Amino acid sequence: MYVAVKGGERAIANAHRLLAEDRRGDPSVPELSLDQIDKQLALAVDRVMIEGSLYDRELAALAIKQARGDLIEAIFLARAYRTTLPRFGATRPIDTASMAIRRRVSATFKDVPGGQILGATFDYTHRLLDFDLIGGQRNRATSPDEPAPDGGDVAPGGDLAAPGGELAALGGRLPRVIDILDRDGLIESEEPDSDRRAVGDLTREPLDFPAGRDVRLQSLARADEGFVLALGYATQRGYGRNHPFAGEIRVGEVELELRPEELGFPITIGEITVTECQMVNQFKGSAAAPPQFTRGYGLVFGHAERKAMTMALVDRALRCRELGETPASLAQDEEFVLYHGDNVEASGFVQHLKLPHHVDFQSELVLIRTLRAEAEVRAR
Amino acid sequence: MSAYNFAFLDEQTKRMIRRAILKAVAIPGYQVPFGSREMPLSYGWGTGGVQVTASVIGPDDVLKVIDQGADDTTNAVSIRRFFVKTTGVRTTTRTDQATLIQTRHRIPETPLAEGQIVVFQVPIPEPLRWLEPRETETRKMHALEEYGVMHVRLYEDITRHGHVETAYDYPVLVNGRYIMRPSPIPKFDNPKLDRNPALLLFGAGREKRIYAVPPFTSVRSLDFEDHPFTIERWDQTCALCGAADVFMDEIVVDDKGGRMFVCSDTDFCERRRGR
Repeated sequence: MYVAVKGGERAIANAHRLLAEDRRGDPSVPELSLDQIDKQLALAVDRVMIEGSLYDRELAALAIKQARGDLIEAIFLARAYRTTLPRFGATRPIDTASMAIRRRVSATFKDVPGGQILGATFDYTHRLLDFDLIGGQRNRATSPDEPAPDGGDVAPGGDLAAPGGELAALGGRLPRVIDILDRDGLIESEEPDSDRRAVGDLTREPLDFPAGRDVRLQSLARADEGFVLALGYATQRGYGRNHPFAGEIRVGEVELELRPEELGFPITIGEITVTECQMVNQFKGSAAAPPQFTRGYGLVFGHAERKAMTMALVDRALRCRELGETPASLAQDEEFVLYHGDNVEASGFVQHLKLPHHVDFQSELVLIRTLRAEAEVRAR
Repeated sequence: MSAYNFAFLDEQTKRMIRRAILKAVAIPGYQVPFGSREMPLSYGWGTGGVQVTASVIGPDDVLKVIDQGADDTTNAVSIRRFFVKTTGVRTTTRTDQATLIQTRHRIPETPLAEGQIVVFQVPIPEPLRWLEPRETETRKMHALEEYGVMHVRLYEDITRHGHVETAYDYPVLVNGRYIMRPSPIPKFDNPKLDRNPALLLFGAGREKRIYAVPPFTSVRSLDFEDHPFTIERWDQTCALCGAADVFMDEIVVDDKGGRMFVCSDTDFCERRRGR
């Protein structure tokens, strides 16, 4: 007679089997390889690395495959793997001025030392579906709506060579645009923390308020892109306005250096791709400080300009207290932003509503029946 | 599972969590922040409880996992399997035979004994959260024992509805000092918290807090002299075992409003029927 949700054991096993079948889909369609995901869905891989806080293209590709393309689920898989990894140490701060540049643009100056380097970008494409891609198997370096320039095909990544001689003149380093403003004292200067000071890590220590800027930036880098994008956008529409200019956005490879204690000098352990955004924001000045530009900063793994830019906007918004501004909107509210931006936490808590809650619901039923019975008596 | 440590977490993490638990036991009802790890199980599914269990479980433990009072609900099955896979410990459905019980939303009907540990899964640890959304503020309120707003809220409920409008996760005062959320157990289970011989541990993974009620600690459900705390009562007895004075699940048996009531605690019910 009584059949409630029993036999959880078998139900779970069956659900897992069905999931595996659904993931594979029609077996007559060739299975995706991790290489294909890595090379052809590279920006999805980047997003999983950024919000999963784990720089590993192969694992990110695996997570995307296993998660059936659900990127938040893939981020969750990456995180749950990352949490088990031992920590060998912390690298020295990366030097983005010595980045091997793929793309670099500044909106604040027409030209900058080292030049503007457009690189690979969607920015000036016409968003017309390219039906030629349906067939696949075409190797083209030009965009569909533009003929190749005279003199033949441009090799993919050909823009890399653009700064060429000029870069050599700059000693192989491409100075950050923002440093030019810094030299003239027009923007607040920023001193790096001592190498000895441990950098905060919210995956090891619980959040504490007020959070340091290191933890805030870590939190924003890991935060859901859509969440940060909406908050950054809101600051532009007046909810915590901070008058931003894109001082510089650069994408490229930087070297990672580790200084093992037993060696006493740094060694290069590898190279990662990062996107950095320096926002330049207006600041009216206060009783203590003259008018000056201020900074908002964004840095993420891989190629992710939208995320880096909006991160910089929200970083600047969260600096309001430090700059003596009155916080008036959500983007300036540290607790709100830091507690709600994590999509693995958010998606878990929202979806846990699917778990059985019949005990609590029963308690509510008893209460509401009591209240209604009493109301009925009163009405008589 | 040889690639993973016993009970999944590495030993350093376990030590960190045990330190948090010790602090929680030393200050009953106080929420201790801890470096909650990302678990291979979704937030809201019991990541806090799982981390606490993983930190205290040993090879000789006998584990019981329940959700809504039942051993065979899907999430209880999933968590039990996680620990069987990562520790190989023995499991049981019998409350009196378990050394360690992880639970979501219930305290077993069978009285707990000295030496047992119960681990509660906690979604929102902060009892003042609906009254004050800011953690910085609520921590200050706890530090200063500024609990007036909570009493005002209960009072307003009574003046408006004649009752406190909270049926589960009903706030309690622990050891006469800290107001605590007992996790979303029905208020029916609140009296069991008081001077319980077992060690009660509460883990909130997403919110990164651990708190505890040590054995034989006073736990009082908040109320007023003229409006004493009361618990749910059913007119029916369990349709399967005939038990009265237990928490009942209401089962909808047809589409004509037919209902039956059965024990929410499946182990308790089965053992009564087996007798």
